[in-house]
Parts: sequence; structure tokens; C-alpha cells
Amino acid sequence: MKLVIERREISSALLRFSAPVASIGIALFVAGFLLLASGVSPLAAYREIIIEALGSVYGLSETLVKTTPLIFAGLGVSLAFRMQIWNIGAEGQIYVGAMGATWVALFSGIQNHWMMMVAMFFAAFFCGGLWAGVAGFLRARWQVNEVIVTLLMNYIAILWVDYLIYGPWKDPKGFNFPLTAQFSDTARLAEYFNTRMHSGFFLALFCALVLYLFIERTVWGYEIKVIGSNQKAAQYAGMNTGLAIFFVLFLSGAIAGIAGFSEVAGLQHRLQHGISPGYGYTAIIIAWLAKRSAIGVVIVSFLMGVLLVGGDSLQLLWQLPVAFVYAFQGLILFFLLASDFFIIYRVKLIKGGAHA
Amino acid sequence: MSDILHIENIRKTFPGVIALDDVSFSVAQGEIHTLLGENGAGKSTLMNVLTGLYHPDRGHIRIAGEQIHFTSPRDSLACGIGMVHQHFMLVPAHSVFENILLALDKVPNFYSRKTYQAKIQKLIDEFDLDLDLDTPVWKLSIGAQQWIELIKLLMRDCQLLILDEPTAVLTPQESERLFNVLRKLRKQGKSIIFISHKMREVMEVSDRVTILKKGRSIATRTRGDFDESILASLMIGKDKIPQWQKTLQMSDEIVLDIQKLSVRNDRGLSDLDAFNLQLKKGEILGIAGVAGNGQKALAEVLTGLKNTNQGRILAGQKDITNSNARYSYIAGIAHIPEDRKTIGIAPDMSVDENLIMKSFKSGSFRNWIFQNKRAIRRNAEEKIEQFAIKSGPDGTPLRYLSGGNIQKVIIARELSEHPAVLVALYPTRGLDIGSAGYVHKVIADGADRGMSTILIAEDLDELLKLSDRIAVMFRGQLVGYVDPRKTTREEIGLMMSGETPGDSA
Repeated sequence: MKLVIERREISSALLRFSAPVASIGIALFVAGFLLLASGVSPLAAYREIIIEALGSVYGLSETLVKTTPLIFAGLGVSLAFRMQIWNIGAEGQIYVGAMGATWVALFSGIQNHWMMMVAMFFAAFFCGGLWAGVAGFLRARWQVNEVIVTLLMNYIAILWVDYLIYGPWKDPKGFNFPLTAQFSDTARLAEYFNTRMHSGFFLALFCALVLYLFIERTVWGYEIKVIGSNQKAAQYAGMNTGLAIFFVLFLSGAIAGIAGFSEVAGLQHRLQHGISPGYGYTAIIIAWLAKRSAIGVVIVSFLMGVLLVGGDSLQLLWQLPVAFVYAFQGLILFFLLASDFFIIYRVKLIKGGAHA
Repeated sequence: MSDILHIENIRKTFPGVIALDDVSFSVAQGEIHTLLGENGAGKSTLMNVLTGLYHPDRGHIRIAGEQIHFTSPRDSLACGIGMVHQHFMLVPAHSVFENILLALDKVPNFYSRKTYQAKIQKLIDEFDLDLDLDTPVWKLSIGAQQWIELIKLLMRDCQLLILDEPTAVLTPQESERLFNVLRKLRKQGKSIIFISHKMREVMEVSDRVTILKKGRSIATRTRGDFDESILASLMIGKDKIPQWQKTLQMSDEIVLDIQKLSVRNDRGLSDLDAFNLQLKKGEILGIAGVAGNGQKALAEVLTGLKNTNQGRILAGQKDITNSNARYSYIAGIAHIPEDRKTIGIAPDMSVDENLIMKSFKSGSFRNWIFQNKRAIRRNAEEKIEQFAIKSGPDGTPLRYLSGGNIQKVIIARELSEHPAVLVALYPTRGLDIGSAGYVHKVIADGADRGMSTILIAEDLDELLKLSDRIAVMFRGQLVGYVDPRKTTREEIGLMMSGETPGDSA
């Protein structure tokens, strides 16, 4: 126990970096037993994941397709985490973002492609933002716990979208399937290399860069960091923490909402049931693994993309359920939180010593 | 005189910290032995070793000549060592009697209330304490609560009593009574370890003084062999105390006028109750009062952390009662908060970033919406040099700095904007003498430049030395002002317990 404390004091950067790597490693190890239990060789499975997700142009493009919404949602969640605000409603924010973009695509009647894109983008931005902003307002005004509010609003958002696609927005020519009509070409993002990869990916990278600059370089980013580090100190410094909480949750939801725009405009070209298979929840793991840094989010999102695509092929090859991928994600988060706990626990021990 | 307690070469380390390096001292039967040392010298750790909470890495503890190993606080109690902690261990809703009974060993299931009551009453009479056994504890003053803690130990027949800074929460009068009790205990042959850093008390009651410094016991002096200056120089050693001169310069211009201010806390009780205060330009206004009589609320209201329920705050002609107005005015009110680590700083951020916390929006630290990192760095270099901050490698999170250096960072930040008003809440608490002297110098220098200071402190000597005027608070109200050059400690003490002065101020 003593040894670890001292290592942290000397090279905390090393430990900060090694904790996520180690937790992925341990999660791989433990997940190996799950694979063994279903009669699959872990090594073969992991090899398959790598080859499938990275070994071909198609595989790589599919990985980037999955990475795209994860980056948006991960950025949104990590921004709020930066201020010790726990937005776990990215899933719902993706849905309302997709809903806003879809409304513009189907009913606005805009003919110009660029104007359409901008309008859809901002519709998603504001829908996601306001959705999370509700939690931000409640938190800032009455100290309502944002974890509960953002989480429960996920269900409202998902069910609301379901209502629309089963009801008023259902495609009349859709053989009664729960989906909207296809978007016209004006409402579609460009695709590349004859694959499903679309401009949303570049938009996501751009967002990550902007967010990085926002947090690390701007005055507002500084304010967010101070509030995240010590809210009381921020109040002493004359910062309006309530407004900042609302603003950050709004922005966090807005960025997650862009994921919805990117999914409907770039990939699905319509709004349909299950538009996000849990990207918003994976985003929580991503934000945590990335240690809340914008650049880290991009890297970790890519890893998660690999896992999702590779997981698909595991289903095809060995008939493993998709739940395996989620179990693996859960294991990563589990070990990551455990490692964080140990880091914190040991810091406390040092404090006790210095205090006495 | 035989030694009841003998401590030899005690060493205790925590990961990365040597709390006790090499401590030896002994306590004779029937003596009051003072442990004197700055914060962080190892007093608390030593007491925790003595009461069985920590196990020393090395060294011996002998009680009445017999070497012993404590494995838990229970062991040390069984050996007759008892401690009055700074924070009392009492159940507020229970009566005095119940609280005392709770602390006793071996109370039979069907006990005779009368026998126990008689025993306790006998102690109360013996030491002339006015305690009613049936009063619930929450109704008692802090001083009376301390009696209960003491009686608990006497009921357990402790031979060695440890009092950890017992006077921090008492008025001078209450302290005097406590000392009388301690002297009576000594006469009965009990031994007392008295922990304090208030020089005056140490001089008053100690038979012997052991000085702790950086985890070592550097000297033990017997009464007659020490005076305040000897003790102070032993305590400080080679550390330099910054010198400063205060020139009296109080104008009649009022910079801050607090009128009938009322503030309620979360429990709906009044922290400030129709409180009035006038701060003049360039003065250091000391606030005296027993801790918990509204000082903290006052500081929080002035610095925008708390909202008012009633009353007005005027800055010059401007009404800043309303919290939005205060937000915009706050830049003019600097604040040294009570609890540095939890309120004054962003602990995860670097010295550079902490230094600009109040001025980060100003033009000199930003280009349009971006922070000007170069200017921020330059500012930090300047301040680190000017205030002699030991900041470690660049980018070190502030939490890793020592208390004194954190306080310097806060002061550097607060005073760099040349504020009109400084609110300092216990600014020297927990600092070593050198750092404390530095804080005093900064405040006095500020006054020379026309800054007005509200200095809230618990050490009367500190207030008397530094203040131009002293305002005394009791239960959220202003009792009155006194002139530190004319007043007596007794007068302030009386006012601290709520008695209005006759014709002073």
C-alpha cells in the first residue's frame, strides 16, 4: 500500500495513463472467461475483432461510422464531467437531436443543400441542448440532482420518438414499419469511398478540436475548470456558478444532440426506432476512460467503434449475443471505476498522515 | 516527584511524511506539562500515539515505569490516560447526566441513578463547576460542555489528562476558570498534558514546557527557566519573522456600512441578528468573539457567498445588499477565507491558474475569448517571486503545496488587485510563526496604502497587536467597539460573553 502511494506522488501522470490501459487489459482478461464459457477461444475472438474492424477498407469505414456518434456523445458527456456535472442522458439527447433534425428535413421545405444542413444541425443542437438544459435549470435553481433528471429524461425522449414514428411521422408508403419517409438528397450528408462513411465523422473531429480549444484555451473553459475543481472557490471568485451549470449542461446536451443529426443525415436518412443502440450510455464509459479530455474522447471512441464492429462479426461467426459487447464495456467501466477508487483511497491516506 | 509517563524516541511516519521524528519527554505526577509547537509540529500525532490511535514505528512509552503497547484507545483509557478533544464527543439532545453515564465503563444494567448522580455531583462541587445534571447538553455554553468532557475523564479515574487546545473555544474568563480547575487537579496529584500555542496561557499554567518542532522534541524547560521570548525563539528556531510597523491612520470616511443585517442559516437560526458595523477607510477593524457567534456568516455575506434576509450593506453611497450588486462589487472586496483548502482555491489546478481566479476576465489575461497563457505565466512568476511562494515544478496542482504556501497564493491573488476592502477570516490559523508574521505584515502594509481590513481572529493577542479598533460580536450581534490601546482583556472577555460595556468605545 505504501509503495503505490509513493509512485503516485512521483509520477502521477504515469498512473493516470496506466489506469485506463490496465482496466481495459483486465476487462479483456475477464471477458476471456465469458468467451470460454460460450465455447469460443478468447484469443481467436480478439483476433477476429481486430481483423474485422481494422483489416479492410470496409471494416475500417464501418468502424468510423460507429465512432462518429460516439465522439459526439462522448464529447458532450465529458464536457459536463469536466465541471463535475454528471450528464448521463446523452442517449435521450441523441434522440431529440435526431428528432429535431428530422423535423427540419421532412417539413421545413428548404431546397438548398447547405442551408438544409445548417438548419438541421442547429435544430439538433438546440433540441439536445434544451433537453439537457431542463436538468441544468433544475440543478442550478433548486439543486435537483442532474443524474436522476438526465437519466429519466432518456426514457421520455426515446418513447417520444417512438410515438412520432409509430404515429404522426410514419411513412405512408412504409408498409406500416415504424419509420419516417426517406430524406431527400438535400438533407443527406456526403458519403465517401463508396462506403457508409459520411461527413459526420469529420464534423466530429472538428467538434473535438473546437471543444479542446474551448476548454483548454478560453476564459469560459477556465471558468468551467475552476467550478469543477471547487465550486465554492468559484463563487468566491465572483463566478456565477448557477448560470455556468445551466450553460454547460445545455452545451453538453447540444453536442450529444449533434450525434442525432449526424446519424439521421449521414447514415439512416430517416428517423426510425432504435436510432441509437446505446451510444449515449457508451459515451459515459468513453468520457470516463478519456479522463474527460476532448482528444482522449476521439481515441477511446475509436476503440469502442472497433469493439462494436468486431462484436458484430462475433455474432455472425460464433452466434455470440450482442450482449457480449455490452458486457465487455461494462467490465471496462467497472475496473476503471475500481482503479479510480483505489487512487482516491490512497490519496486520502496521505492526507490523513499530513494532517495528523 | 515520580514520572507517571515516559516517552522515549518516538517515531511515526506516514507514507511520504515524517510526522514524528524523534520525540522524548516525560510527565511527572502532579504536574502540568505543556506541549508547545506550531501547527504541523506533530502535537496531534503524538497525542494520537498516546491515546492508542496510532502505533509508533519506533520508541517506547512507559507508564509508571512499565513499558506498554497500546493497541486501541481502550487500552490507553485502561491505563488512566484520558483526552479532551477539540471537538467534544457529546450527544446534544441528552442530559448532562446521560452523557457522562454513556462514557462510563461497567455501568450495571440496573444502575442506581442516585449513586451515580451523587458521585458526579461530588466532582461538580469539588471543582466548583456550575452544572445542572438534568439540563440537555445543547442548552449549555461551550465552556460548560467542556466541563462535561472533563468530568467524564475524572469519573473514569484518569490519572493523566490530555487537553488539546482547550481554550480555542473559550472566552478569557472561561479559560481562567479552566486553569483554576487544572490547578486543583494538579494539587490532587493528577498529571495534565496541556496543548496550546497561545503563549500567555502557556506562561500562566505550565510547570514544564516541551517544545516540538518538525516532529522533534527540541527542548524541555522547567518553570523559571523560560519566558515568552525564550519559548518563542525555541519554537521558531532559525526561521525569520518578517518585521513590520503599523502606523495609525484612520480617516473618518466610512467605506463599508452594515445596517441591521440579519442572516439566517440553513437551519433557520439567525447567524447575524440586526448586526451593525462600520468600517473606516484605512483601518484594521478586528472582530473579537468566541467562535461560532456569526463571524463566518459576516465574512460570507460580505464576499457574496450568502444572501441577506434583512438589513442593508452600503459601500460608500452604493447599496450592495442585493447579491447581484455585490457580484459586481466583489472585485473590490478581497477575502482570505477561513478554510483555505475547501474554499479559497481550486485544488486540482496549478499555481498559475489559481493566481488569476479573481482577475481571469481582465484584459491583461486574455485575448478576445482566449486566455493569454503567456501573461498568466508571467503574472505567476512575478507573484511567486514577490511573495516567496514555494510552488514546486510548473503546473503542480495547488493541493500539493504546504498550508503556508497555499495561504501565500491566496494572499497574492487577493491583494494583487489592490482591493479597497479585505475580509480576513482566521488568516493565520494553522500557519507557522514565520508565515503568520508574513500575513500580519501584508495586512499592515495594505492599511498603509489605504486598504480597510476586517480581521476576524480568535487569538486576542493577534487582534490587540494589529487592530485599530476592535468590534466584539456575540450571538450575531455587535456588542460594541473597543480601542485596543485602552481596553483590557477582561473588558473584551466580558463583551464576548454578551455583556454590554459601560462607557467604552
